[in-house]
Formats: sequence, structure tokens, C-alpha cells
Amino acid sequence: MSADGDADRARRFRDAALPHLDDVFTLARYLMRNTADAEDAVQECFLRALRHFDSYRGPAMKPWLLAILRNVCKAEFARRAVQPMPPEPQEHELTADDPPLWQEPQPSPEAELLRRHDHDTIRRLIVALPEPFREAIVLRDINDLSYRDIAEVVGVPVGTVMSRLARARAMLRERWNLEEGSAP
Amino acid sequence: MNCSEAEVLIHALIDGELDAGHARDVEAHIATCADCAKKLAAFRDLRRTMAAAALKESAPAHLRARIEAALPATARAPAAAAAAVSDLAARRFNRRFFVGGFALGTALSGAVAATLVLGVLRDDREQRITGDVVSAHLRSLQPGHLTDVETSDQHTVKPWFNGKLDVAPPVVDLTAQGFTLIGGRLDDINGETAAALVYRRRNHIINLFVAQAQGPEYTEPTGQTRHGFNVRHWRESGLDFWAVSDINAGELDEFGQKIRAALQPPRS
Repeated sequence: MSADGDADRARRFRDAALPHLDDVFTLARYLMRNTADAEDAVQECFLRALRHFDSYRGPAMKPWLLAILRNVCKAEFARRAVQPMPPEPQEHELTADDPPLWQEPQPSPEAELLRRHDHDTIRRLIVALPEPFREAIVLRDINDLSYRDIAEVVGVPVGTVMSRLARARAMLRERWNLEEGSAP
Repeated sequence: MNCSEAEVLIHALIDGELDAGHARDVEAHIATCADCAKKLAAFRDLRRTMAAAALKESAPAHLRARIEAALPATARAPAAAAAAVSDLAARRFNRRFFVGGFALGTALSGAVAATLVLGVLRDDREQRITGDVVSAHLRSLQPGHLTDVETSDQHTVKPWFNGKLDVAPPVVDLTAQGFTLIGGRLDDINGETAAALVYRRRNHIINLFVAQAQGPEYTEPTGQTRHGFNVRHWRESGLDFWAVSDINAGELDEFGQKIRAALQPPRS
């Protein structure tokens, strides 16, 4: 392949894939639970995707990238050891890279504070969900994938996606109610 | 629809993943089940809260730069052999490849999914029958097809079916309640002969199909909309009933209630 062809291909790939970087990074953060590992997984995902860009015929780019990312993350855990994940979320890891609370003056500090509080609480609760349920809810409620796309990414029937989502949201709601009930 | 089916399907409803027919089914269940209605409201709340919390993250600038820098170089340098396994996975995805989840997740969801698939299969059958019912209704509206026996007298319509069907369809006159019986005919639903009772409401025709049921003696009414026609199905005393019309859903519900009320055995 000529250098021109490579450059053209890389450019086409960048145009198609890079708009989904935030989605890929978000899923990586929820699957890896460690910012450095998540960043490595995202980079590996994009490199692999580029290698297979020629054979890429769909599905849509976003689910395709997320599926590759998911494979990268699974392979990483398989490589490290048999133990899949630390059972408890590491909270210092979760907030360390969050933007500071007051980046700039906000029009309504109370509303913003509440939003940040909800963000932190929900995020912590999602991270604490068991793997298949966490993955389902992130793909649906944060990455905004359709059920069909989620089934494709995870490699399970749509019925399984539906039951996992139902379980995931039921657990989330229950824990959310506990938190809110115990809030001062 | 029962509560355990609804418990899963309300999420598909919230996510806008249900087709019109299933959405109506879930909504009909929720209208009669305070428990599930409460759940639906709670999950809608949860989803709103999640959306407001803006959980999607932005990739840090240094990561973006790292990837940008790595891309063209990779285009020139072919993949290392070490990545062969994961490469295979990526290729397979293009062929709708199945990647198993963690063992626990697969085992857990397997049982749940099995029941769901049953539900979906039955719904598929219901969908097909609903299509049949609407087609039969449309056929009946062609000139000369509406009735084989034309009379508002239930005592003429009922014996007309004798010997033509395995069942004796109950024939009810609801003229006093705004639904005029105008006749009956034989029709075909899901490959089985069914009695069609024809009612008129103002200028609208209602077909009420009655056929021998397979399975439970009794089911709650469920509703669907197909091609602009409302369809209600219920089962009573081992008979399947489908009411179909272009009248609005509320009036068709009223029609169904009046038919069911008229068929209740008189209380002593």
C-alpha cells in the first residue's frame, strides 16, 4: 500500500472514529475502574480499530468501537490474572480525574451542587454494580445505544439485554433510595 | 400481560424500544396495576436523574493527543503478531460474533432470558393473530362481505351459526347501549373458522370474532393498534374474543366491557 493510501486511510478512520472518543473513554472508565488502565485500553481500541478499518462494513461505528474496547478490557483482565475485578470500587480512583467542582462561576450554585451530588452518587452506585449489569446500564443510559446494538456489542440475545437492564435499574433504584433516605 | 413480564417491558417502554402493539399492551397493564405504574414512574425518575447528572465523560486532552499521534504511524507499520488473538475478535464482530460475558452473568441471565423468549414468542403469535383480525375486519368492509346473516335479532343470528362452527358463539344485543347488532358471518382467524358478529356504533363497524380457545379458560383484555384499527382481545369461558374497529380505544373498551358484562352468568 502506498504512503498516500495509508495517509488517506488514516484520515478517513480519524473522521469516522474519533468523534466517538468520549463514548469509548466513558465505557473504559466504567469497565476498568482505573484511569491509567482505561486510557491504555482506549488507545489500544483505536489502534485495533484502525487495523480492521478496511474490513469494517458496519454496524454503526460507535457500537463497533465499543465492542472492540470491550474485547480489549476483557483480554486485559484475562491477561492479568484469573480474578476478574476488585470487588469494591476504589473511590479515590473514581473522583481523582473528575473536573474540579468550581471551574468557573455558576449561575445557580445550589442547582449545580445538587447536580454534582447526584452525579457522584449515581456514578458510585453504577460502578458498584456487578459487571454484566454495569455494562448494560452504561451502554444504554450513558453511551445511548439501542438494545440491538447492545446485544451486538456484548454478544448476547436482545432478551438478555432487556433482563439485565431491568435488573440493573432495579438494583440502582434500590441503592439510590437507600442513599437518599439516609442523606442528611 | 402479567407483572413479571411488565417488569422487564416497562424499561423497553421508557427507552422507546417497544413497537406500538407491545407499548399498548404494557400501558394497558399499567393502567390496571398500581404497583407497576409506580415502578414505571420511579424508573422514569431514575432515568431523568441520570440524564441530568451528565455521566458521560470527556476524554482527557493528553489521551486524545496520544491517539492522534499514534494513528498515522500505525497505518504505516502493520500490526504485531501479538495482537493476532484480539484482531480475530475484532474481525469476528463484523460477522455478528458472539462474545460470552463473564460466566456469572451468562448463567444468571440465561434463566431470565429463557422466560423472556417465551414471552416474545407468544407475543409474535399474538402479533400475527392481530394482523389476521385486522385483515378480516378490512375484508368485511368490502361491499357485500359484511354479513352472511343480516338481522338485528340476536335470536336469528345465534341459531344461524348452528352446525357451522364447533362452538356456539354467545350473541348479545347491545342496541340499548349504543352498539347495534346488524348481523353475523363466518370468518377465518389464525387458520380456524371463527364466528364474526357485526355491530354498528354510529357510522362505525365493529367486528367481534369468537373462536374456540386453546389454553387457559380466561385472560384479561389486552389492546393493540394496527393500521389505525383498535383491537381488543380477551378470553372468557374457553372462548377467544377479538373486537376490532376504527372507533376510538375508549369506545372499544366500553364495547368489550358491555359484552363481558352481558355474558356474566346472572347472580342469584
